[in-house]
Amino acid sequence: MWRYIARRVLVSIPVIFFVALITFSIMRLAPGDPVMMLLSSEDEQPDAETIAELERQLGLDKPLPKQFWDWFAGVFTGNMGSSFRSGFSVSELIGPRIQPSVSLAFFGLGLGVIFGVPLGVAAAWNANSLIDRGVMLFAVLGWSVPGFFLAYILIYVFAVELDLFPVVGYVPISEGLFDYLRSLTLPAFSVAIAIMALVARMTRSSMMEVLREDYIRTARSKGLRERIVMVRHALKPASIPVVTIVGIAFAGVITGVVITETVYSINGLGRMLVDAVVFRDFPIIQSTMMLVAMSYVAVNLIVDVLYVYIDPRIRY
Amino acid sequence: MSTQADGAVRIAATNPPLAARINMWSRASRRALAKNPNMLGGLIVLSVMIAISAVAGFIDRIDPYLLDPFARLQSMSADHWFGTDNAGRDIYSRTVHGGRISLVVGFLVAFTVSLVGAAIGLMVGYFRRVDEVVMRFMDGVMAFPSLLLALALIAALGASFWNIIIVISVVDTPRMVRVVRGSVLSVREMDFVTAAGALGAKAPRIMGLHILPNILAPVIIQATFVFASAMLTEAALSFLGAGINPETPTWGNIIGQGRTYFQRAIWIMIFPGVFLSLTVLSINLVGDGLRDALDPKLRRRE
Repeated sequence: MWRYIARRVLVSIPVIFFVALITFSIMRLAPGDPVMMLLSSEDEQPDAETIAELERQLGLDKPLPKQFWDWFAGVFTGNMGSSFRSGFSVSELIGPRIQPSVSLAFFGLGLGVIFGVPLGVAAAWNANSLIDRGVMLFAVLGWSVPGFFLAYILIYVFAVELDLFPVVGYVPISEGLFDYLRSLTLPAFSVAIAIMALVARMTRSSMMEVLREDYIRTARSKGLRERIVMVRHALKPASIPVVTIVGIAFAGVITGVVITETVYSINGLGRMLVDAVVFRDFPIIQSTMMLVAMSYVAVNLIVDVLYVYIDPRIRY
Repeated sequence: MSTQADGAVRIAATNPPLAARINMWSRASRRALAKNPNMLGGLIVLSVMIAISAVAGFIDRIDPYLLDPFARLQSMSADHWFGTDNAGRDIYSRTVHGGRISLVVGFLVAFTVSLVGAAIGLMVGYFRRVDEVVMRFMDGVMAFPSLLLALALIAALGASFWNIIIVISVVDTPRMVRVVRGSVLSVREMDFVTAAGALGAKAPRIMGLHILPNILAPVIIQATFVFASAMLTEAALSFLGAGINPETPTWGNIIGQGRTYFQRAIWIMIFPGVFLSLTVLSINLVGDGLRDALDPKLRRRE
């Protein structure tokens, strides 16, 4: 088992290397060099001296591999450069934006799993029934309706028409738990619906798989009640693959957070990234991308390792 | 000589010839349509959307770019079926034109991703030496959520029509590579491939003639899902202001511009939103139907 974990960790190292290389290359893909991009915000024509000085400051006079290495090391020491636009260091900008984004991701994923798993189980339990069809229709719909459109429909119905929730904005947890949860309800559901759809679909297929097993037939034929067969014999093994959903759903959660923060004017990491893209603020784009991709790799690593603990049938 | 040898191989193992294959496919699709009303519904809606986009220039009622300061933010009426936006532009005309870009982007991305993904997938599945490095790179690309990588690349390259197609293709290719690679790995172990190799067929011949026809089903299934997700990504980019020129009527752009006014004029986003959702839904239904019809694993279970 330790050999499996060690191997799994080792495999992620080249992935992180490529993640870093892709992120580092993004700014180099842009036409024009970073110095000119930095200086173009000022009106006057920059002279050669200013350019050379800035190049030295940013370390751009060093060979490319050295630049890449310095940047990569900076990611781990928290030194990720400064915003082109505001001049603040990236870590200063990221800090206060973590709470809203992580809250949104947490509740979005949580609601997605809490609603998605029972939906999937209900569908598999009554395969090919009306319930099953309804769940599957919801699953394909939740996956097809664009998140930003759905978010506006939710705001329009529940905030504008019914006036149950604030239309936009985020209340930090320090200003009261109730207001915090109230401000997060609609955004969290906007993130969660696509996740619900995915989770319901995957739970259904993993449950159907288990229901075809011989021991389920045995349990049924020895006269156990259907509910006991479902809960004791089917649900437990079927829940194991569902754990991996968290890894797969992570990308969907992040995408949802980026879009939802824009719709609900929540000042989080996603909105910061979208603004940075519009203003071509590369240090911010790069560090957000690096953060997201590394957490993706980490989450999937943890899920894979947990999997071995949860499923007694797997032995490496 | 090699053709002869090849013919002999076909008798010994089963790599069905083209005619039989086409026959097989058309039978499978008829069976699928008869058994799967969802897929039929998807095909009909998709055809209607394609038809609307194709004749948008004839069925629009007002120039979709025409600004009318006297008709700002008007609700649905006989003059403006779907209402007007904050610049007085006709939402109906913009919506019927809006499908053009979305559908063309979706189609071109699905096409590019299929070609490039199948080529890379064949290579890494067949030549095992490059596999490790290429797949770790693909894992690296897949570590970024598609929309985020697309956003970052658009920030670097700029948002033109072709750049958007390139960027979404780059982002969606790794999943296709993984699907193709998986299928190649199982097909290359089949007897007719081994036999062709033993008879001296070269790698390009084996890949093109023996492996490629047998991995087409997963490529087509995956391509439909790429089609749908590319349309969603394009719309999200437009919505976030990182897409095609905001003046151009695309569904994402219209919704994005309706943002500020949605409390007063929800119709600006309702119509393009419903059109976009229906189109993506119909493509996903077709994809699901194709998968149920073509995936032998699922067929056995019935």
